[in-house]
Amino acid sequence: MVSEEEVLHIATLADIGIGTGELPPFTRDFNAILDYFAVLDRVPAGEGWKSGIANVLREDEVTPSLPREEVLALSEAEDGYIRAPRVM
Amino acid sequence: MARGETAGDPLNAFITLAEIPPRGPGRLSGITVAVKDNISTRGVETTCGSRILSGYVPPYDAHVVDLIRNEGALIPGKTNMDEFGMGSSTENSGFGPARNPRDPERVTGGSSGGSAAAVASGMARMALGSDTGGSIRCPAAFCGIVGLKPTYGRVSRYGLVAYANSLEQIGPMAANVSDCSLLMEVISRYDPRDSTMKDRPYLPRLNGDIKGMRIGIPAEFFGKGVDPAVTDRVRKAIGVLEGLGAVSVECAMPSMEYALAAYYVTCTSEASSNLARFDGVRYGPSPDIRKPWHEAFQEMRMQHFGPEVRRRILIGTFALSAGYYGKYYGKAQVARQHVREDYARLFRDVDLLAGPTMPTVAWKIGAKSDPLSMYLADILTVPANLAGVPAVSVPCGSVEGLPVGLQLTGRPFEDEQVMNAAFAYEQAVKA
Amino acid sequence: MTAIRGQAQPAAGLKASGTESDTVIIGLEVHCQLNTESKLFCGCSTDYRNDPPNTHVCPTCLGLPGSLPSMNRRAVEYALRVAKALNCQVAEEAEFARKNYFYPDLPKGFQITMYNLPLAEGGYLDIEGEEGEKRVRITRIHLEEDPGRLVHMGTPDRPRYTLVDYNRSGIPLIEIVTEPDLRSPKEARRLLNGLRTTLEYLGVFDGDREGSLRVDANISIPGSERVEVKNISSYKGVEKALTYEMTRQRNVIRRGQKVERETRHFVEARGVTTSARSKEQEHDYRYFTEPDLRPLQVRGWVEGIVLPELPAARRDRFMAQYGISPDHARTLCGELRLAEFFEEMAPCGNPPLAATWVADTLQGELNYREMEIGKVPPAHFRELLDLLQRRELTDKAAVEVLRQMLDQCVAGETVETPAQIMEKNTLGKTAGDAFTPVVREVIAECGDAVRDYRAGKGEALNFLVGQVMKRTRGRADPKELTRILKEELARGGT
Repeated sequence: MVSEEEVLHIATLADIGIGTGELPPFTRDFNAILDYFAVLDRVPAGEGWKSGIANVLREDEVTPSLPREEVLALSEAEDGYIRAPRVM
Repeated sequence: MARGETAGDPLNAFITLAEIPPRGPGRLSGITVAVKDNISTRGVETTCGSRILSGYVPPYDAHVVDLIRNEGALIPGKTNMDEFGMGSSTENSGFGPARNPRDPERVTGGSSGGSAAAVASGMARMALGSDTGGSIRCPAAFCGIVGLKPTYGRVSRYGLVAYANSLEQIGPMAANVSDCSLLMEVISRYDPRDSTMKDRPYLPRLNGDIKGMRIGIPAEFFGKGVDPAVTDRVRKAIGVLEGLGAVSVECAMPSMEYALAAYYVTCTSEASSNLARFDGVRYGPSPDIRKPWHEAFQEMRMQHFGPEVRRRILIGTFALSAGYYGKYYGKAQVARQHVREDYARLFRDVDLLAGPTMPTVAWKIGAKSDPLSMYLADILTVPANLAGVPAVSVPCGSVEGLPVGLQLTGRPFEDEQVMNAAFAYEQAVKA
Repeated sequence: MTAIRGQAQPAAGLKASGTESDTVIIGLEVHCQLNTESKLFCGCSTDYRNDPPNTHVCPTCLGLPGSLPSMNRRAVEYALRVAKALNCQVAEEAEFARKNYFYPDLPKGFQITMYNLPLAEGGYLDIEGEEGEKRVRITRIHLEEDPGRLVHMGTPDRPRYTLVDYNRSGIPLIEIVTEPDLRSPKEARRLLNGLRTTLEYLGVFDGDREGSLRVDANISIPGSERVEVKNISSYKGVEKALTYEMTRQRNVIRRGQKVERETRHFVEARGVTTSARSKEQEHDYRYFTEPDLRPLQVRGWVEGIVLPELPAARRDRFMAQYGISPDHARTLCGELRLAEFFEEMAPCGNPPLAATWVADTLQGELNYREMEIGKVPPAHFRELLDLLQRRELTDKAAVEVLRQMLDQCVAGETVETPAQIMEKNTLGKTAGDAFTPVVREVIAECGDAVRDYRAGKGEALNFLVGQVMKRTRGRADPKELTRILKEELARGGT
């Protein structure tokens, strides 16, 4: 069983906001899903999945970048920079 | 909410109606191809069915969009879908549910429900969908059209907004196998920008000849939870294939026991990472600049992501977190390998596997309220995604007026054979 | 940026230097930008330094929905060169992974890096340690993408918001992680210099480019927990940051307090480290294999890599081929361009003279001006050496010519040739006889010294030579002057 505190902790780790009213139903669903995942305990041991393909590379060649005005038009721009909330 | 309804789209099949013109004459000239709204279209809003991308107008075209426009297709708009592909009914759209043309009170299936509804209702002749765990085949089955999930690596994902990268493919949807095959031919051209793609273009081979073909019938595809009426329709369809000279072989796929869990652990894990980029900084609705970063970011995601998306981000974050990685993500990858090995073993003996696409017919909108019961509906479609093998859903009659899909699965890169078998069936029942 | 190794016990068999309380244990994580043409996972140009923000971006390095990474072959080749030069074992299979954390400089919400399958492991680099030659073990080498650049608006007390430039986003970085084998800040700096030189010799890195190097350092002293100092972005900064941190830790312990295990930031401008103890998110990076890329199986490529002559080998060759001193050889080879510049000068016929002038004089003058050697016109410098060798310039005058020349370079003026500068300023060495009038003048004016000399006080002669040198601004050869002075004094007169 995962507690509401744990769900809240994961929500913080995931940077997903959770409203207090949402916590009980989220926790309930979370536990139902984890119960279902318990079937994985029965998976026979073995190697993880691998595609088997390696070394897919491109040559070091410059291709055009996006026109700056198209980039800045997508966001809140200031002096050619893109604005974001403070991190300090 | 439902933008389409006001614009002559009663099924809410489209999130955006916009006529994107062709770029040249070609094999799709005069053909309308609707495009799922998680496929990037230059100059036309691409929302993935999410409010967090509302207003986002991409500055570039997905590879498949380039290809169909160059072949002369006209794109009538961007189709409705479960937010970021997370759902099996197209009820989880940020822009309202799509409605099934056969019965508007019922779901279209999902997540490419808008594409299926557009084709089934005649609003578009063909459509592009994407299939992460059944998202093309499920709505194709529910709406009574043909939908192919190609072999992983056969269609470029460049421009497909990622939900679960290692599982998903863009694929064609159409009212009949020939159209579906034509669209597949166009979109399978190689693109070096997708490192998981192989240069193995699809070359249609629709001759309807399936004589001597061995078709495996895994018992697990007719097990618990599958509606007997659906089973009955599918068994009859397999009988038609036998009538065309195919040989059916009963077989078993034991990894089905944990395939669905492996699928949900994998897709939610990848999604938890993929969806981290939607912070509103570079595109989309802007975060509150006065708040500190994490606060603004959390608020943004709480406001603009729907509950199912947040639930899956939580599950995926948990499955990858320290202390749980081995129990969930690691184990799911082992399970995935067992699924692959099951297919490999079966395909040494048979050429195709046949079974129902969905365990039931389309349900009523709002009928499935808890997430797990919705997840369980994917049980028959996810194995093909886990193994990367091609699978098509082709209509095989109906139950109480609601379409049923026959699912045919083949060896990797034998999409042609899968489509040919579907074609043989389609022609046989048409005659 | 990937710290997965446990720290920080001295390697078995390594003798701690100094007294117990002096022993400091340092390990470095060094990030260098590789000088490919295009970014690590997209075709945007890496040549962004002189361009406005957000002009070298595309769907991939901006993290636009639906974009995909594709791996730059040359970045992999460069990293393999480094691996080979640092004597590492290249992995049979390496793979990129996602490191998940949220920050506005990270356009996808994760960084594509390598985690449990790095490109190479287990190498070493020899450096000049506190007690002679020292082998520093390399733990691992991997590739990753650089994040964007942040500009913080407002003040530290009243931060307002952040501005982001994504031009740097996706530049290929190589991360080189050392074992905790370093025992002083000076050794840390030497390791860094050694890495820089090696990478420059390999042609994969340009250490002069702003922001091309970033270092995180792990440091502990006895009785302290390991502290990670992040955000060091210069060669000098490493020594400064670590010296500061060592002193800080000692002081904390001296006060009877505990040095907490923590992450600190180096504030270059103030030369201090500050705690990053903000209520930052607890870190759980949730690494998993990057599903959009395929793994690398490139061990076989290593054989085909032909390494260029590396610093140690070049040092030996310089001594053998040019007969220059070990110190000069070390200085010259410690910087690729200096070594190359010297080799251009060496044919002047007197390599030891060239070595002195490049390694000592020129290097000193360049440091003084914070000037790069690349700006010095080689032909001019060769001419200067020629003039010296033909004894047309005294050492002192040559320094004067060099200074003027370099000043002209710095000012961006047309640089005059040494001969022109010499002529214009009449710095040329004049034959001693031309100074006879000056000599006579000095003899006439310095009666006391002349009397002392005649009375047998030899040092008086030095005084007189000095007087003449002064009046001729060093253009005369002191030996020659002494001869003339002696002659004139012997001739009698005053």
